[in-house]
Amino acid sequence: MTAWLVKRFLTLVGMLWLASVAVFLVLFILPGDPAQVILGINATPETLANVRAELGLDRPPWVQYGDWILGLLQGRSGRSIHYDVPVTELILSRMAVTGPLALLAMVFAVAFSIPLGIYAARHQNRPGDLTVMGFTQLGLATPEFWLGILLMLLFAVRLGWFSAGGFPGWSVSFWGSLKALLLPSLALGLIRAAILTRLTRSSMLEVLREDFVRTARAKGLRERTVIYVHALKNALIPVITILGLQLGQLLAGAIVIENVYYLPGIGRLVFQAIGQRDLPVVREVVLLMAAMIILVNFLVDVVYALVDPRIRLE
Amino acid sequence: MRRFFGNLNFTVGFILAAVVVAAALASLFWTPYAPNEMNAAHRLQPPSLSHPLGTDQYGRDVLSRVMVGAVNSIIVGLVTVAIGFGIGVLLGLLAAFFRRFIEEGIMRLCDLLFGFPAVLTAILITAVLGPSVLNSMLAIGIFYIPVFARLTRAVTLSIWQRDFIAAARACGLSETAIVWHHVLPNILSPLIIQGTIQFAVAILAEAGLSYLGLGTQPPHPSWGRMLYEAQTFLGTAPWMAVFPGLAIAWAVLGFNLLGDGLRDTLDPKMTRLR
Repeated sequence: MTAWLVKRFLTLVGMLWLASVAVFLVLFILPGDPAQVILGINATPETLANVRAELGLDRPPWVQYGDWILGLLQGRSGRSIHYDVPVTELILSRMAVTGPLALLAMVFAVAFSIPLGIYAARHQNRPGDLTVMGFTQLGLATPEFWLGILLMLLFAVRLGWFSAGGFPGWSVSFWGSLKALLLPSLALGLIRAAILTRLTRSSMLEVLREDFVRTARAKGLRERTVIYVHALKNALIPVITILGLQLGQLLAGAIVIENVYYLPGIGRLVFQAIGQRDLPVVREVVLLMAAMIILVNFLVDVVYALVDPRIRLE
Repeated sequence: MRRFFGNLNFTVGFILAAVVVAAALASLFWTPYAPNEMNAAHRLQPPSLSHPLGTDQYGRDVLSRVMVGAVNSIIVGLVTVAIGFGIGVLLGLLAAFFRRFIEEGIMRLCDLLFGFPAVLTAILITAVLGPSVLNSMLAIGIFYIPVFARLTRAVTLSIWQRDFIAAARACGLSETAIVWHHVLPNILSPLIIQGTIQFAVAILAEAGLSYLGLGTQPPHPSWGRMLYEAQTFLGTAPWMAVFPGLAIAWAVLGFNLLGDGLRDTLDPKMTRLR
């Protein structure tokens, strides 16, 4: 196990390094001059050269990369060209929107998917199961940003219960901020619920065929106890894994829905930063997101290897 | 054919996908109105007999634009799957064939690609190359490479151990000939199934990129961009937001079901597990 873990850990470090090189290279060839963005089109060549030197953009690429990575390893983050604040500060402030958005989405996803998945498994191939599966197919086919727009149309434009976008800020209004996240997180959650419902159903079906479930029934336990105490606990293992992976992806990929609802989240930050050629922000946010996904994948592998030793042998 | 159409998923998926393909093909020769023709007198008209899906803020016919948008989506689906399939299958075969360092290198490269947040990287790529439908296809296609590479490697490794491969080798066939004549035909079914599913995913991804302004550029119609434009007129012209979204969901549902149907028919083991 230790050798396997060391090998996986070294692979993780290697992948993080490769990710940093890839991010740096992609941004290095990104057209557009950050100095020009800062100074505008009327800047003279001299002032442009000065700003480039100030930002370190006139140095060879490998020196820029080395400085960046060493800085990160020492806990020094870059400074946003556009906002003129440390990137970590920006990331933290935007995570205060994206984090709760992703968590709320997962709450909605779990609240819908687990009961529906159990219901569908218990009524396999009956009308109830087919209806649930039909809805999950629709969920898988629906773009989450379209669902977001439809929810906005119904609850904000027609009924006027919610605002059609924007975010007041947690310090200004806690309830207002929570309310601003409800519709976008519902859109994200419902789409993810479609995937999780199917997974819960198939996982439950597998577990319900296991011997220990038959034994539990044979002991005369109530069906509710068999399902919720014995079967569900085992069936939820793959569901929780996917839930973890989805949370990681949501933190990194809620860009479109944040744009639909004008939420100042991390996705919108990086989307705008790309347009503004704010390279330090783009570089660090993209690397952070890639690192999050790589790290979550690694943790999932480790947990699986602990649970199922056959994986280590492979 | 009867085997395929005996499957409900395949039949429904085929019908839904056929409608999209038919609309796309028809739009090459005929649309009710020119898709980019503006008409100030008919702007923001609700659905009616003359404009079955209504008109947009420039008086353009939504039905005509949805029809032309279908061509766009189908091309995106085809090109992205071709990129992923072409490069991914080659890499997967190389990994399965040479094993050791080549396999390790290719698989770690796939892990790395999987590690990047797809939407964000697609945005980065289109920012580097410039926003256009071609670049968005490239950005989506790159993420399909590891999908096909992993699948190809996995199924090839399982085929590689089979007796008929050993028999082909005993007959004196070269490794390349074995891959071409025996391995490829046997791994084609799972690849086609995966291709159909990725086709649907590509439609969703391109819609998202176009919504952000990084995919198809105006005035050329695309379903994602139409949704972006519709958002400003949600209160006055909700049909602008409903029909392009329905078109996306319709097409994606069709190709998803088609993929499920193919899997049910070509790989019955998977069906029993589901």
